[in-house]
This record gives sequence, C-alpha cells and structure tokens, in this order.
Amino acid sequence: MAADGTPLLELEGVSKRFGPVQALDRVDFAVRAGEVVGLVGDNGAGKSTLVKAIAGIHSPDEGSIRFEGEEVRIKGPQDATDLGIATVYQDLALCDNLDVVANLFLGREQVSTGPGQVSRQLDEVKMEHETADLLSNLAVTIPSLRSEVGTLSGGQRQQVAVARSLLGDPKVVLLDEPTAALGVPQTKQVLELIRRLRERELGVVVISHNLVDVFAVADRIFVLRLGRAAGEFKAEETTEEHVVGAITGVGDGGDKNNQHSDEGEKA
Amino acid sequence: MSATEAATAEETGERRPTTGETVRRIVQGDLSSVRVVLGLVVIAVIFQVQEDRFLSAENLTNLMLQITTIGLISVGVVYVLLLGEIDLSVGAVSGLSAAVMAVLSVKHGWNAYMAIAAAVAVGAAIGCLQGSLFSRFAVPSFVVTLAGLLAWEGALLQVLGKTGSLNITDPKITGLANIFYSDTVGWIFAAVIIGVYGAALAVGYRRRVAAGLGDTNLVSMIVRFVLLAAIVIAAVAILNSDRGVPLAVMILLAFVVGMEYVAKQTSFGRHVFAVGGNAEAARRAGIHVNRVRVAVFTIAGTMAAIGGVMAASRLFAVNQNSGGNELLLLAIAGPVIAGTSLFGGRGSVWTALLGALVIGSISNGMDLLSLSSAVKLMVTGGVLLLAVLVDAVARQQRQTSGRV
Repeated sequence: MAADGTPLLELEGVSKRFGPVQALDRVDFAVRAGEVVGLVGDNGAGKSTLVKAIAGIHSPDEGSIRFEGEEVRIKGPQDATDLGIATVYQDLALCDNLDVVANLFLGREQVSTGPGQVSRQLDEVKMEHETADLLSNLAVTIPSLRSEVGTLSGGQRQQVAVARSLLGDPKVVLLDEPTAALGVPQTKQVLELIRRLRERELGVVVISHNLVDVFAVADRIFVLRLGRAAGEFKAEETTEEHVVGAITGVGDGGDKNNQHSDEGEKA
Repeated sequence: MSATEAATAEETGERRPTTGETVRRIVQGDLSSVRVVLGLVVIAVIFQVQEDRFLSAENLTNLMLQITTIGLISVGVVYVLLLGEIDLSVGAVSGLSAAVMAVLSVKHGWNAYMAIAAAVAVGAAIGCLQGSLFSRFAVPSFVVTLAGLLAWEGALLQVLGKTGSLNITDPKITGLANIFYSDTVGWIFAAVIIGVYGAALAVGYRRRVAAGLGDTNLVSMIVRFVLLAAIVIAAVAILNSDRGVPLAVMILLAFVVGMEYVAKQTSFGRHVFAVGGNAEAARRAGIHVNRVRVAVFTIAGTMAAIGGVMAASRLFAVNQNSGGNELLLLAIAGPVIAGTSLFGGRGSVWTALLGALVIGSISNGMDLLSLSSAVKLMVTGGVLLLAVLVDAVARQQRQTSGRV
C-alpha cells in the first residue's frame, strides 16, 4: 500500500533532550503520500515528543527534517503549517470560549475582501459557509456552528479538532491519540475519517495506545521505545504479538538493557 | 425562511438551533448586559425617588461628561481583561501622559495637537514596554504594572516639577471636554449612527442569506435596530434639551464602537480572545501570542493616555493627583461589573461604557444626595462585589449545565 518514491516527510537522526531525560535518541522516521503510519510505544517512549518536533512545538536538538525531499527547519508551529503539516493534539488545543467556526479557522482567519480588508476584518460568512461544507463532507454533526466549543461533547470536540487540521489543505496530518476517550461509534467515525485522509493522498501519522485501532487503519507501524526506534512493521505482514514485543522490548528488535520505566516523554 | 434556504441548510448538513437553545443562549450569553441595564434602571429609580434632579437633562449631561475619562481608560482595560491579565498602571499612565501634554503645551508652547499626540505616544510607549517585559520575561502582569504604577506616579511628580500643578489654557485642549454641538448637529449624529447601524445589519443579513446561512433571526435583528434607534434618539433629545451633544461623549462612543469592532470583527480581536481563552491552543494555531500581548498592553497604555488627556481637559489642569485616587480601581471595576470576565476570553468593549455608566451613576447620585466619599467608596465596593458574585453564580450555573 505504501507509495514508493521520496517520502513526504523524512526525519533523520532526530534527538531531543529535556534536562537529564533523553526523550528522543537518533530517530529516523518517514511517511509517504497516501500512507497511514501508526506510531506506537509505551508511555514515555517519545511518541508525543516526536510529533511535537515535527509540528514545531519543540525543535529537535539534533538531526534533520526533510519535507518533499528538501531539508527544512521547523522553528515554530507556523513553519509546520506553512509546509503543509497539520497536527491534532491529544488535548485537542481548542479555545473553549470560541465557537466552532472560530476554532476551525483559528490562526488562519479568512479576511474579507471589501474595505474592511485594511483592518483585517473577518469574513464570518465565508468561514461559516466553508465550515458547514467541510463538516458535512466529513459527516460530522454539530448542533450549531455558532455554539461555543466548551459546550460540545468530547466526541464532537475531537471531530472539530480533526476537521480543523484539514482546513489548510495539508499534505501530512499528525493525529495524537485521536480515538482516546471516544465511544465505539465515534471511534469508528474517526477511523473512517483517517481512511478518507489516505484516499486524499495525504501522509497520515497516527499515535495510539490502542493496537486494535492502529491495525484497523495503519499501513505501517513504527515502534518507539525509550526514545529510540524499536521496530518497523507492515501492518499486513505482522501480528499484534510482534508489535507488543517491540513496544515492551521483550520480543525482537528490542533493547533489553534498559529497564521498563516511565521516563522520557514527560519533561 | 424561504424553501430554498431550508433546502440549502439541509444540504450543508447544518441544523438550525432550536428555540430552547436560543433561549439558553440569551439567558446565559447575553444575560450580563441585560443584568447591567436592569441594574442601571434600579439605580436610576432609587436616586430619582430620593432626589428628582437625578434624571434631569442637566444632570444626565453632567453624568455623561463625568464618565468619559473612566470609560476611555476602561476600553483599554477590557482588552487586558480579555487576555486574562491585569494592568494596574493605567491610572498613573493617564496622569503622566496628561502631565506631558500640559508641560509641552503650557511651558514649551507646543501646538495643542502635537502635545496631545506626544501624550498618547508616551502612553503607548509605556504600554508597549510593560507588555514586552510581561511577555518576554513571563513576569506576572500584576507585578510589572504594579511597578509601573509606582514608577509612573513618580514620573508624574518629576514632570510637573516644583509647582505641582499646571493650568491648561489652550482652548483646543480644554475644548475636548467642553465643546457642545448645536441641536441640528446632534440630530445629524443621531441620523448617521442609526443609518450606519441599520445599513451594517442589512448588509450582514443579505450576505448571510446569499451564502445560504439562513439561521439569522430577522426578528431579533429588527428588535436590536429599533432599540438602538430609540436609545440614540432619546439620548440626543435629552442632551439637546440641556447644552447639546458634548464632543467628549462622541469621542468616547467612537472609541467604544471602534475598539468593539476591532475586538469582535477583526482577526486581531479574534486572536486576543483566543489567547485569553487558551494561550497554548492559540500558540499551536500559529498565533504570535507574545505579539498579541504586547499589542494589548500598548492599547491599554494608549487608552489610558487618551483618558488622561480628557481628564485634564475637563479639569482645565493637571496636578499631582491626576490619574490617582480611585480612578484606576474604578476603571477596572467598571468592565467587571458590566460582565467582562477577570479570567480572560469573555467580554466586550461595551462593558467599558456600561460599567462606567453604573459607577458614574452611583457616584453622581450620591453627590447629589451630598453623601460623603466614605459612603460613596463603600457603596461602590459593595456594587462591585455584588456584580462579581452574580457573575460567579452565573458561571457555576453554566458549568453545571455543561457550558464551560
């Protein structure tokens, strides 16, 4: 399934240290267009740090990042967005005091073309219209686009967050625990959504604890353990057992010298 | 609602809010402003019963003039509150800026407009400095602006020098608070305000209908328009029956409307709300959080300076007390009384005007009753506490009903 050719996004030898904690240790990682990569690992394995390095939240200490074959430096979230990398965080990062439309367009508000342009006047009508179109394409139902996000249910908030990542026409979408805290039908919807992203030839990275969900959508599974790459599997050719082995370090490819601990990602 | 509209709404998968939701939105969202207006009515009734000069045209005109300084300063304070921060220096900044203007105008013979521009520039520079310190070094805004409060008050004494007081004679400066327009000009203002508001509503409505967003409530729009027109006509009629519409009130209104537009309709205003609601989310969305913070504190300093200029114009002087006393606390209390949250992300610039009206009415009414400033301060404190308590209860209710 994985497309050949140059990866959309390629990390080489990326390291990140928080004080005494080596959160990422020379990690190589890649994602191609039309491919869903499952990023798995135990708590503190460095999954979130890896995603934050790509998203520009924490710049890596060492290593290089290539986007569409060209070396890039991602110094802030805006750099990542400009390249076409969208991120959906575990804590969603929505503004509860703003409505659905405002949250969807946060940081890339549509500005009206009339005389209001001078003051960067918001084009609310256009934004609301595009929001309605996008959400209906994704089969997301929200009671009112003008309701504050703080009033929505957890599932609705997750759907708003995923929908938001698609607005800027990204090439790579990073999803941090997209199915955590969701009910069964909503999880199904989100997984369906992820398959639709792959059909659009996007590169998708899914972080998840839930191996069932990962196997349901991922083409390739990338395992991190204590900040290091601990194995890479094609989803079709492997079993959950193998992956669990790599995650815990008991099976092949694991680093048996290190104790199984919680250090790493939380700094 | 035409059939085509309904069809479009269904196609786009958008559901219309039910009547229950609309009622809830009004009750929980707009209740604060309704509450303040009711409070104003109660205050007016109480004072009118005690002293029938309270609602006279002359006294209402005085009231409007009395609130201009606090109102102007509060406009900037609202922005700081929207961030969830506080600026304790606005009083001192208003005094210092006014002193700079007075010294340049009186001692150095500067042109009035140049002197005013210099005062505003001083306020903006101070706000920018404090905002930069706050955002660059992550020092709590409370501390940065508390230091500012002390330092700028010292600077005020320094600038005024030995005399400690400067009388302003330039009519261009004193005119700001003392010019009244003729009846005709007053009615022209009224017509323009009503016309522009009506046009803005109509254009907005037509655009929404054209885009197939049919959930706009035409009735509520008409009600809003009629209400605004009634208030404007009544206000101009009252002001005209005394000395006429004051320039100072028009200046205050212009800033309130202008800054409300910036807060609610521009991408900058949207970013202010976002940073106040969830700074980390704003940062991840690519908003330059620190730039927004510096800009907001610059606005607060600028508005403080403009308020200070207005105060000096009303008093015909700047003295060591300028910007002192309870001015700072009232300028912060006003928007909070009128419903702007102290915790950021919720509020509107209108609360600057409404809050100033509440505080101004109480102060004005008690002056008419010749109550001591001891009583005045205690009552104002009580009203602030009451307003915050009512707001806290409303917030708890929102939380229990699932609104954060």
